[in-house]
Amino acid sequence: MKPFTFERATSGADAAAAAERHPGAKFVAGGTNLLDLMKLEIETPTHLIDVNSLGLDKIEKTPEGGLRIGALVRNTELAADENVRRDYGVLSQALVAGASGQLRNMATTAGNLLQRTRCPYFYDTNQPCNKRNPGTGCGAIGGYSRQHAVIGVSDACIATHPSDMAVAMRVLDATVETIRPDGSQRKIPIAEFHRLPGDKPHIDTVLMAGELITAVTLPKPIGGRQIYRKVRDRASFAFALVSVAAIVQRDGSGRVALGGVAHKPWRIEAAEAEMPNGAKAVVARLLAGAKPTNENAFKIKLVERALASVLAEAKGA
Amino acid sequence: MKFDKPATDNPIDQLKVVGKPVDRVDGRLKTTGTAPYAYERHDVVPNQAYGYIVGSAISKGRIVSMDLTAAKAAPGVLAIVTAKNAGKLGKGNFNTAPLLGGPEISHYHQAIGVVVAETFEQARAAANLVRVEYKRTKGAFDLEAMKDKAEPAKSIAGGGTSDSKVGDFAKGFANAPVQFDATYRTAYESHCMMEPHATIASWQDDQLTFWTSNQMIAWAVGDMAETLGIPKEKVRAISPFIGGGFGGKLFLRADALMAALGARAARRPVKVTLQRALMPNNTTHRAATIQRVRIGATKDGKITAIAHESWSGDQPGGKPETAAMQTRSLYAGADRMTAHRLAVLDLPEANAMRAPGEAPGLAVLEIVMDEMAEKLGMDPIEFRILNDTQVVPDNPSKPQSSDPQSKKPEQQTKHIPHPPFSKRQLVECLRLGAKRFGWEKRNPQPAKVRDGKWLVGIGVAAAFRDNLLTKSAARVRLDKRGVVTVETDMTDIGTGSYTIIAQTAAEMMGVPLDKVVVRLGDSSFPVSCGSGGQWGGNNSTAGVYSACVKLRQAVEEKLGLEAGQGVFADGHVRSGSRNVSLAEAAGDQGLVAEDFIEYGDLDKQFHQSTFGAHFVEVAVDSFTGETRVRRMLAVCACGRILNPKTARSQVIGAMTMGVGAALMEELAVDKRIGYFVNHDLATYEVPVHADLPPQEVIFLDETDPISSPMKAKGVAELGICGVAAAVANAIYNATGIRVRNYPITLDKLIDRLPEPA
Repeated sequence: MKPFTFERATSGADAAAAAERHPGAKFVAGGTNLLDLMKLEIETPTHLIDVNSLGLDKIEKTPEGGLRIGALVRNTELAADENVRRDYGVLSQALVAGASGQLRNMATTAGNLLQRTRCPYFYDTNQPCNKRNPGTGCGAIGGYSRQHAVIGVSDACIATHPSDMAVAMRVLDATVETIRPDGSQRKIPIAEFHRLPGDKPHIDTVLMAGELITAVTLPKPIGGRQIYRKVRDRASFAFALVSVAAIVQRDGSGRVALGGVAHKPWRIEAAEAEMPNGAKAVVARLLAGAKPTNENAFKIKLVERALASVLAEAKGA
Repeated sequence: MKFDKPATDNPIDQLKVVGKPVDRVDGRLKTTGTAPYAYERHDVVPNQAYGYIVGSAISKGRIVSMDLTAAKAAPGVLAIVTAKNAGKLGKGNFNTAPLLGGPEISHYHQAIGVVVAETFEQARAAANLVRVEYKRTKGAFDLEAMKDKAEPAKSIAGGGTSDSKVGDFAKGFANAPVQFDATYRTAYESHCMMEPHATIASWQDDQLTFWTSNQMIAWAVGDMAETLGIPKEKVRAISPFIGGGFGGKLFLRADALMAALGARAARRPVKVTLQRALMPNNTTHRAATIQRVRIGATKDGKITAIAHESWSGDQPGGKPETAAMQTRSLYAGADRMTAHRLAVLDLPEANAMRAPGEAPGLAVLEIVMDEMAEKLGMDPIEFRILNDTQVVPDNPSKPQSSDPQSKKPEQQTKHIPHPPFSKRQLVECLRLGAKRFGWEKRNPQPAKVRDGKWLVGIGVAAAFRDNLLTKSAARVRLDKRGVVTVETDMTDIGTGSYTIIAQTAAEMMGVPLDKVVVRLGDSSFPVSCGSGGQWGGNNSTAGVYSACVKLRQAVEEKLGLEAGQGVFADGHVRSGSRNVSLAEAAGDQGLVAEDFIEYGDLDKQFHQSTFGAHFVEVAVDSFTGETRVRRMLAVCACGRILNPKTARSQVIGAMTMGVGAALMEELAVDKRIGYFVNHDLATYEVPVHADLPPQEVIFLDETDPISSPMKAKGVAELGICGVAAAVANAIYNATGIRVRNYPITLDKLIDRLPEPA
């Protein structure tokens, strides 16, 4: 770990301004991912800004009938919230499908969105990785790529975004609220929040320097049968091979987003028109243009079958 | 004591303490976090500095240069040791590749240096400042590609022969009315024990003491001395508590050597733990195998010909995974052969992991038995029972072995080509297990049982593992409080050695358990068998038994009792009208006795093995191919069970490891770079609680007087043998899909599952 300085911010604006003053700064909340990466010197911030005292830890109803989730709400708390469990079941299920109880007790809503990929080449600093060290190449392409992305990939990176929560947020059309060093605020639709790797895989999101997430808002509940299905080799404490977040209405219409297949939660709204026609039809559009490796080509069929399972479950209820 | 005749009645048979499911005597220390594990021994020596190991970034080649300037100048740094300044180092008997690499690099993450600093964080930060320039050379990293270049293995762990032949397999197979021939693959696996390798090393003049985590104290001392080029007498190893080993801590590893070198350079005690991410590539692993099995049988299911060939790879000078070995003993058949072929690979060093040989060997053979039974139209249990044998069908004579891993002293005794088993209750295990598990409810037609979206099936496999005999010594003291203290360099790797040794001493001396103190894992104690190959329980307690026999004699002698007439019970010794407390007998001086168990040729006259049957029920998600285990049962016949509670823990732990091997464990090789990519616990998946159902274990009531005065055998490795095949067979029964390539992950099923409705 490289030496760093540390401060405790007292307000969102204060934190964002501090980040601007220290170009190598990072915000830290739960620290469940950042501290691991610092120990490995994959992240080497020169300054840490602790945002835990900003009071951004409440879940409130919005005037529009939705929910505003403070950036610091812990994953455990969010999963257990009665409004979330009642109106946004897919989010609650996604949260408890992630990590372990201990990690969920620490991990925050904003931090979950900002976690880095779990690609083993990203984690091993002896290996090339364009995400960790731009321009060095990608170890995973042509290497061990069973867990990796099958769509939205580039020649520079085939990493996935590891979050379960973000996939549910995507299917719920959440909005990410931020504050910038100049004090201005903006609202970023979740669809636009995470980037595809392109030729700059080291940049995960559209956040600008010093920009701090203050909340994630969910629109008014849309009902429907909500299911988060995570498929993995072991029953718990493993990242998704693929995951499906779905909201299925009585008439068979609905929404679907995928995890474990791309550099961001994967959703193509146009594909959802095929929902009444079944999983095969949806996935044909949802994963059109997929470019899997030899090792992860099974994910295409797995998505199709996982979605079929979800649709069968929704129908059965 | 030399054990060369079958055991008759002895004080152990009283079973007042031995055989009881008593709690671990060290349980409180463990549950309260006060058991002293190697890295936490802050109290044993003052002024400990921290070492951090630098692992090689390449798999094969040489170090062109190392720039230590920045690292040396970093805060807190006390010393940096690399091959350049380490002095001349030897190589331990049990190490295949050197523990400290440079300039030649043998494998990925081979230690190339240790940075010693005042704090752990400083050592780690400075280690990251070491700049190394390498020159890579081409290596061989693909077993599949090297298979045809593999040669008969020159040296086999345990000192056996690479190949064996009985009758004429080719002819027998060609003439068999029913033939089966298939090739299977098992994966590279990592031990992944909870506690990483860790050592604190301290020099006093030319005397080295190291507190470490090691299964085999005498081997660790010998190889440390050998590597450093100093006399064994100048080395002391202490390892009273070990957070799991599974074979990964049988040998001296880089943590210990680098701590010793770091301490010498820094002139201070140094502690080193191997970083978790270094463990799979820096230390040993279970080799992957390719196995071809052929069976010929009559139409009514009698095996007439059987061949098992196994290919595996290792570093130059290494050994093969002995995956075909059990096939020499398990089933009948007149014409037979086995062969082990070894490819030279530049992947990290392969070596023993829980039930080496049998675990991957039975993972294959026991699928073959299932496939062959189906081909014959027979029940797989009946097929196994029909081919049971009470003598060893294929027992090649062993060459004189100079192999340090050969646990048995080679003797010039007459070779018996078909020795009887000392005790073999495989049939009984299968029958009882079938009854308890509800085997009769199994639908022999695969893919017929559904539970909602789940496809449900059950499978069976035989378990088999040899029982190994090896010399083991102990010292026992009786003091004026009537307390019996046992000292032996035996280790407890989580197995329960402390407890069964305490039970043995209590039984022998007629004292309650709380009057026994057991001290283990110190090279200043008499040399034991150590922990490995499931030989620890039987041999170490037999060694303690021997020492206790001597102590009883010493008590009788001191009191002037007739030799062998004393009745030791309730803390007293009684003979005729005399009844003296042991405390009084010991007196102020106390009494001490030391002895060892050593073995004659009973294990040549009889083949000693342990047997079992594993039953597994799985459910496979018909949509996704995810397999979840629903029920597990093991029935074991492995001699006297010294403590049913700790024995059960061993078996269910082994069953868990078998589920891992069946469903998820695989070190993935990057064949371009030549290393195990998923080298941490986030990416190398082992089963978690959610993967395991309630597990049931039944021990047949058995004693084996041929094995030792304890009449016990090994337990801990039998529990993993066959589990993977039982899971694989259950998956076949559930889905109708045969997977011959472990682990059976969903991607290997998904193309052949029924189309979703």
